[in-house]
Amino acid sequence: MAGTEVLMAGFGGQGMLLSGKLLAYAAMKKGMEVSWLPSYGPEMRGGTANVTVCISPKQVGSPYISRPSALLVMNQPSLEKFGPRVKKGGLIVINTSLVPVKANRDDCTVVYVAAAEIAQEAGTARAANLVMLGAYVGWAGIVDPDTTIQMIEKEFARKAKFIPANVSAFKLGFEAGVKAKEGAKA
Amino acid sequence: MTKVLMKGNEAIGEAAIRAGCLHFFGYPITPQSEVPEYLAKRMPEVGGTFVQAESEVAASNMIYGSAGVGIKVLTTSSSPGISLMAEGLSYIAACELPVVLVNIMRSGPGLGGILPAQGDYLQATKGTGHGDFQLIVLAPSSVQEAVDLVVLAFELAEKYLNPVMVIGDGMIGQMMEPVEFPPEGQGKPLDPGDWALTGCKGRKKRIINSLYLDPIECNDINLKLKAKYDLIAKKEKRWETYNCDKPYDLLICSFGMMSRICKTAIDDLAEQGIQVGLFRPITVNPFPYEACRKAMDKAKRVLVLEMNMGQMLEDIKLAGEGSKEIDFFGTAGGVVLSPDESLLKMRKSLRKIPKATKAKPKKKPAKKTKAAKKRKSR
Amino acid sequence: MKKIFASTKGLTDRPTHYCPGCTHGVIHRMVGESIEELGLRERTVGIAPVGCAVLAYEYFNCDMFEASHGRAPAVATGAKRSRPDLILFTYQGDGDLASIGMGEIIHAANRGEKITVIFVNNAVYGMTGGQMAPTTMPGQYTTTSPFGRDTAEVGYPVRMTEVITQLTTPAFVARVSTHTTREIVRAKAVIKEAFRYQAEGRCFTFVEVLSTCPTNWGLSPREAVKWVEKEMVPYYPLGITKRPEDFTEEWKDGGH
Repeated sequence: MAGTEVLMAGFGGQGMLLSGKLLAYAAMKKGMEVSWLPSYGPEMRGGTANVTVCISPKQVGSPYISRPSALLVMNQPSLEKFGPRVKKGGLIVINTSLVPVKANRDDCTVVYVAAAEIAQEAGTARAANLVMLGAYVGWAGIVDPDTTIQMIEKEFARKAKFIPANVSAFKLGFEAGVKAKEGAKA
Repeated sequence: MTKVLMKGNEAIGEAAIRAGCLHFFGYPITPQSEVPEYLAKRMPEVGGTFVQAESEVAASNMIYGSAGVGIKVLTTSSSPGISLMAEGLSYIAACELPVVLVNIMRSGPGLGGILPAQGDYLQATKGTGHGDFQLIVLAPSSVQEAVDLVVLAFELAEKYLNPVMVIGDGMIGQMMEPVEFPPEGQGKPLDPGDWALTGCKGRKKRIINSLYLDPIECNDINLKLKAKYDLIAKKEKRWETYNCDKPYDLLICSFGMMSRICKTAIDDLAEQGIQVGLFRPITVNPFPYEACRKAMDKAKRVLVLEMNMGQMLEDIKLAGEGSKEIDFFGTAGGVVLSPDESLLKMRKSLRKIPKATKAKPKKKPAKKTKAAKKRKSR
Repeated sequence: MKKIFASTKGLTDRPTHYCPGCTHGVIHRMVGESIEELGLRERTVGIAPVGCAVLAYEYFNCDMFEASHGRAPAVATGAKRSRPDLILFTYQGDGDLASIGMGEIIHAANRGEKITVIFVNNAVYGMTGGQMAPTTMPGQYTTTSPFGRDTAEVGYPVRMTEVITQLTTPAFVARVSTHTTREIVRAKAVIKEAFRYQAEGRCFTFVEVLSTCPTNWGLSPREAVKWVEKEMVPYYPLGITKRPEDFTEEWKDGGH
């Protein structure tokens, strides 16, 4: 495979940095080179936060990228800011629970996921970030879902009671991603 | 060895421990605070010492005290904090003590911002503090390289009894990449030699001092230090060239994270059939002038890209000695040139190379020759 | 013949550069004797300041650092935390400790660094030529307070012993003087006690020593000691102000 770059963005506290970390872990476990570059600073406290994860079979060049091949957005400002930058033929995953608008990109695949509602169904609305991650993993097929789940369990090892809800949120997101992929093929 | 995914700042802390450094003195400042945070937790686990200093001024004097009693020691900070450490560093260099410090550079001047920048290049390589002293300065471009260079920094500090600084920008501190560490317990304690203050039992008292009121004596100290810096320059230069095995018209000079961005742009250009070379110094002091010149000689034009207003540019000019046209583009304040933007700058420089020189050189029309003759006749 | 006096092994044989009538020499001897008598000399590391005592590294017969102006407590912190078996002392003047080094001394004391600080207060900057110090007395003439220290403009002299004493962290804090033989004998006992506390690994130890500067005060040595007694002692009361034994659990809540 060629390299891929995933930009995940949302409000600080929505957990997109964590989603990025889990993706990077899972890719690394598969033997790929990765980088995880967060935006950092005052926006960590409630502003917008984003992270770029680069996955590549060879050493990652610039971890800071101009045009991601995939964008996961939790909120509208992030969609407005980063939507136009996605590579042609790329993927945009939109959290419809918080983003009431459509992506204005007909040259990309756009997946709409009601992340908060799905996460609520899984047990906690706070796991919306994992629904988004699941949707990406399901659509892109770059990393193994089971490895990702192991990474989730490891991440929440000290807060074990949150594991089931987060894992099932990821799984529900994963199914949505797979379904979207099949729909795109059909 | 298994790789672990780690933030640059934390990896730097762990690298120091693996190098056998069990003492840290430092002060929090964004974007390097994860180093003290990590070591506050980690040092007690390995029987080490972590002290949060009251200021960077104090931290730089604490490492002076620690190294002075013959202990491997680390401090880390970011740009404004390094300015405050300038005092201690001058004393440490004068007294020839081995310390390692890391500058995770943020934007300036003044309070600047907390985003990545490379604005402390000249401070690190040319004028860290008062008096004639030099640091050995290493500039990593990945988390793995940051780890490797921190380990190397301890070796060099001990070998030359000189402070060694590792400079990275905020990005390298904040990003996570897979890293591999040397095994635990491999790093040896510092050899206290015949200089460390360990108590004068069974020997004459020792003094660690940088006061020389006699001008001849003080001059001699400076000559001694200069001889050491010359030796370091002879032996310790390190650099990387990228895509320089094919013929290229344009050479990019860049260091640290900026060079990674350039590599992606160079790869993109190569896909379009345009070969551009990259020269990246790893030791920015001593600067690998000769290797840089060699890479420049193969190019028709040079483009320097930095996250500052043209600091390494001065070293590139020294290396080139006027032999090549040099373009520069820099960003500051936390603005980082993207690979696409870097590529545009490269294209712009490529366009400036006259077609004639690209293919077989043709004689220029007489107009210029006249002017040249005029100049000659004066 | 019975030997009743010998120079201490705690000092080298080098003649000092101090002015006639200056009490630095006496204070050096008290420190040198203390580390010798307690059997600590061979594991002691001293730290010289910037100021009149800048060359103290030549006079103390133990391993010595020369620190930058005011930073001796930070250097001592680094050294002591790195080799806790060493005995660390700083020897600092009033400009060094109470002006430029105020931050370092307060925080070393507050962290409870197990070091000994000898703070020589002679109410003036000596080495640089008699400028005003943070401890210069109200109305005192110096080269930078040519009309006398104006408290309305530059405030009152800093009482470092009292400042250190009010910190909650357990410590041994005292002020002694050198203006009479009797006070010198007392001072010696207190300095020795400070080193003993450190050797036992007990606490931060701080001894302020009132000292003379006949040269910059424009007084004879005899007048200078009188001046200490008359002008300084009333403002800078002598005595031990804090012992680690004074610390009670209630202090933990800030209730003392």
